[in-house]
Amino acid sequence: MRFGIRPGSTLERAMAGNAWFVYAFFYAPIITLVIFSFNASSRVGIWGGLSTTWYANIFRNPEVWDALKNSLVVAAVSTVVSTIIGTAAALAIDRYRFRGDRALDGILYLPIIIPDVTMAVMMLLFFARIFAFVDSFGPRLSLGLGTIALSHIAFNISFVAVVVRARLGQLDRSLEEAARDLYAGPWETFRRVTLPLIMPGVLGGALLALTLSLDDVVVTAFVAGPGSTTLPVYVFGLVRRGVSPEINALSTVMLVASIALVAGSLLVQRGPGRTSELAHEITHE
Amino acid sequence: MAESAVQLTGVTKRFGDLVAVDNIDLDISDGEFFSLLGPSGCGKTTTLRMIAGFEYPTSGSIKIHGREVGLEPPDVRPVNTVFQSYALFPHMNVRENVGFGLLMKKVESSEIAKRVERALDMVQLGRRADALPEQLSGGQQQRVALARALVNEPEVLLLDEPLGALDLKLRQAMQIELKELQERVGITFIYVTHDQEEALTMSDRLGVMHDGSLLQVGTPEDIYEHPRSRFVADFIGEINLLDGTVGSDGTVVLKGGYVLPLDHQIGAGAAVNVALRPEQLHLVLADDSDLIPPNASRLVGTVGRRVYFGESYYYEVTSEAGALDVRQENRPGLTLFEPGQRVAVHWDPSAAAMLEE
Repeated sequence: MRFGIRPGSTLERAMAGNAWFVYAFFYAPIITLVIFSFNASSRVGIWGGLSTTWYANIFRNPEVWDALKNSLVVAAVSTVVSTIIGTAAALAIDRYRFRGDRALDGILYLPIIIPDVTMAVMMLLFFARIFAFVDSFGPRLSLGLGTIALSHIAFNISFVAVVVRARLGQLDRSLEEAARDLYAGPWETFRRVTLPLIMPGVLGGALLALTLSLDDVVVTAFVAGPGSTTLPVYVFGLVRRGVSPEINALSTVMLVASIALVAGSLLVQRGPGRTSELAHEITHE
Repeated sequence: MAESAVQLTGVTKRFGDLVAVDNIDLDISDGEFFSLLGPSGCGKTTTLRMIAGFEYPTSGSIKIHGREVGLEPPDVRPVNTVFQSYALFPHMNVRENVGFGLLMKKVESSEIAKRVERALDMVQLGRRADALPEQLSGGQQQRVALARALVNEPEVLLLDEPLGALDLKLRQAMQIELKELQERVGITFIYVTHDQEEALTMSDRLGVMHDGSLLQVGTPEDIYEHPRSRFVADFIGEINLLDGTVGSDGTVVLKGGYVLPLDHQIGAGAAVNVALRPEQLHLVLADDSDLIPPNASRLVGTVGRRVYFGESYYYEVTSEAGALDVRQENRPGLTLFEPGQRVAVHWDPSAAAMLEE
């Protein structure tokens, strides 16, 4: 609906033009990147015909595969763990009155607000102190995939909790009372009513966690050890040695993967989300 | 008297400093349609929620068929609830909603299917078994909520303003349907409402609540015709209240010197409200007061406004004893009175209730 703008007026055309400008601003760099990833010339900015050499190169590069594997492992672990802890935290703050629940509520948002670099230094310092303490008993701990995953969990919990809490806020509490009234115990009520109803929030939070984990450079670069490079950190390292067509190709692959991820998650959230198990139990004879 | 289905003894519920329910005693018989009536915030919903198990009483005892349940969680109590918002599970279809309780009770699935079908037929929704709640109208959702509770054959059904969200016509149809259903299944209904008409038309007995206290329990006729407090008289139906003082010889003296017989023993000198229903009052011209039956109570006043309601006329009559609304049923050959006319208002002494302050 348009308010106060005459159709076909200069103002309307200016507004439409602005929309196109914004899209161009967003997508021109991406399109440039994708086009130059197929550039046969190795000189950046000079078009030398179509080629898929750079894609072949990166797929043959074991460093890329290692970095990708690390990224996926860290993302999977941190997403699963932070989704569980974040959802539990959201439920606890939403449901229970306990000493300091309001303080916890505030603190929960902190990792979202503080700068990445601060978070990174903080985590590094924390691990250094912990390692120094633990190592005094014998074991030799070092930075690596474990510390990266822990750091990602640390900042992802907040994002998951915030998304899930928003969903919980919309939940009609009488639905849970109805389940209890219909002979469901606390666990059955959670499993069959609460969880299915907040599932879009949980999935949304998990997706956010996955994306943040796959994207993170700053925190990861600080807490990574030798041989535990993730893909974004690897790309960042390459760029420091100069932009090469391989980076373009690698970035394009990451771009496609991200789009696929987002599209997939939207599809999951839009799905009926029915407890088909329940339908089966009732209709089955 | 029949066996009692629900028995509350000295039940109190506090939320911090707020006393939501204040020392209630209540005995509801098996198979009874009992209503808890009162304005919002009077504690009626809290009382219902304590019987359901969503709140635990601060003190007192709640028994269902003789068994103490006051501190049991809702899932082990033999009661089911119809919620004000219906609280249908949005991610389950009608069949799954209705079957939920039986599934949780681990009833065999073929048995569940049969009973769900029967329950849906009972509320005439057999054809909508596969619909999601959001695809149903408000009235249909209401029926699903009812079927979902009744399919479990609870000992007591609790209803929390279940018709509140429906429009007037549908609400009236559902009132009749609910009452018939209750008589058919023979289950004890406890019905919470703020709608006095609903409570009067549907209930076998009702209790009026105010500020956490249960003021009066009785049949609809009892409550309407013999209110025992000013609040009950005022809350149920329309009523005229005249200030009076108890005289020494078993009478009440109104302002203007009118003397009425006392309906029950009250100490001399006490201030009372004389409660008179508008439809119990009769009007004649003051000059025709010889037409008034000899033992009737009466007072003289002036007609103020006349309002036409279709089935009746309302007169506002001012007298020295106070203002009175008089309802006159609209019949053929009715004598109408004009504003400014002097009239005598009279009534049978049994129609007046003397309420102590």
